Amino acid sequence: MSYVVSKSCDRIMQQTKAGIVSYGVYVPRYRITPAEIGRVWGVDGFAMGQGLNIERKSVPAPDEDTVTISTEALRVALVRGKIEPQEIGALYIGSESHPYAVKPTATIVAHAVGATPNLTAADYEFACKAGTAAIQTCLGLVRSEMIRYGVAIGTDTSQGAPGDALEYSASAGGAALVIGRENVIATVNHTVSYTTDTPDFWRREGQRYPSHGGRFTGEPAYFRHVSECAKSMFKAAGTTTKDYTHVVFHQPNGKFPRRIGTQLGFTDEQMKYGMVTPRIGNTYSAAALIGLANALDHAKPDERILVVGYGSGAGSDAFDLTVTDALRSYDRSVGLPVQYFLDGGVELSYAVYAKYRGKIEMGAA
Amino acid sequence: MPIARFWRETPRRYNLGGSRCAICSTVYFPPRSVCPTCSAHRQSLGKMEPFHLSGEGEVVTFSIVHEAAEGFEMQVPYALAIVQTIEGPLLTGQVVNIAPEEVKIGLKVRATFRKLREEGPAGVIHYGYKFAPKEEAGRGPGAGQEAEPATIPPVSPESSRARA
Repeated sequence: MSYVVSKSCDRIMQQTKAGIVSYGVYVPRYRITPAEIGRVWGVDGFAMGQGLNIERKSVPAPDEDTVTISTEALRVALVRGKIEPQEIGALYIGSESHPYAVKPTATIVAHAVGATPNLTAADYEFACKAGTAAIQTCLGLVRSEMIRYGVAIGTDTSQGAPGDALEYSASAGGAALVIGRENVIATVNHTVSYTTDTPDFWRREGQRYPSHGGRFTGEPAYFRHVSECAKSMFKAAGTTTKDYTHVVFHQPNGKFPRRIGTQLGFTDEQMKYGMVTPRIGNTYSAAALIGLANALDHAKPDERILVVGYGSGAGSDAFDLTVTDALRSYDRSVGLPVQYFLDGGVELSYAVYAKYRGKIEMGAA
Repeated sequence: MPIARFWRETPRRYNLGGSRCAICSTVYFPPRSVCPTCSAHRQSLGKMEPFHLSGEGEVVTFSIVHEAAEGFEMQVPYALAIVQTIEGPLLTGQVVNIAPEEVKIGLKVRATFRKLREEGPAGVIHYGYKFAPKEEAGRGPGAGQEAEPATIPPVSPESSRARA
């Protein structure tokens, strides 16, 4: 059963226009191809990559983690939006790879951008959709005028067990969205969610790598939730696929989002900019947000964007956005565009990748 | 390093928090409470203002490290550089996001936020500034304050390909 915002909530959303004021993205520099991973494990990695529609995935440097990636993305967003860090009233970071089990990533990032101490901050965890959950929280706080700006970040440095199917896609990246009421470049018209208890993917406390339900992660998990959430949005917003110029889905690989998009009736043109996983892999909590950022990099005023995130466990959050005239005066030339990260990068061998990701057991010298 | 010591230093490590003399405008990093070069240095007492460096600068000299300090073993070889910031102070820091052999004197860099070291697998993680080539870096810690915008052309697939 789906959850659709109540009519009274929807009225508040319409009366108090809020949305994305600024955004920033950071993806680590290193890349590895499925063919290189497969070479080590005796698998046809090239075919694996083709099956997943992943050409390569990003790899963080040894000194990069969710804290550093989030900070880099947020710094870009603050400069682009000309936002004074002290005006940030809330900062939430969604990730399944927080560096500490106990100690917030959000406090470190808030300090690193100069937003402390007068703000609330917390870490979110909901597999790949913790970042979209953070957007919803910020929207509530901004629309109720409790805060001027809220920051929602989705970042991950996800890992798959060596040789596991996840290793071919799990990558690293982050996106930061500043949510506010002034100079909004993309108004959030509606948001809906669809949540169930579906054990398709998990990581138990103390376990280094996640486990997953194999093919079970498809139909009952990703496809059901994304499809139902998108349909809930069409109903709530009174829209059809034709109303959207861009559509962005969570993208655990390059195959699932294309299939769900086609099933729902979207064209390749509508999905073009929202699809980033084929070039950088699955950035988990950041995947849908980086796709949204790429759509915003290419968007024009009055265009409408649909975003449907997904997190295993499981749930989907959808957002119906309209790009505003404020985008004309928003300086997208500051910082690096998403396309830079899709095109650039330095490829690693599996050996160096394993070293950088801490997969090599180091004995005492 | 004791937790308290690192915690006290986070403003400078995270945000390049220095100080500026209100009389002669000289910028210091780490921050000073008295301006030692100002002709009126006695009067500068109590007039040193907090100042965040933009993080922008250029490499004035560097060394390629092959025998790493503890905690940096996974990163060898790496470049350790002295960077002349545009505000004046010289900073020492690792240059990342570039192959060591590509680091040159005069390379334009910008501060980037990275993990510096970990106090073992169960200890605290220390973060702080390093440097990256200006094109590869996002925005420096003092980015909102007197920093030049990154020289990135308008977004288009063509311009992005040209830079990649």
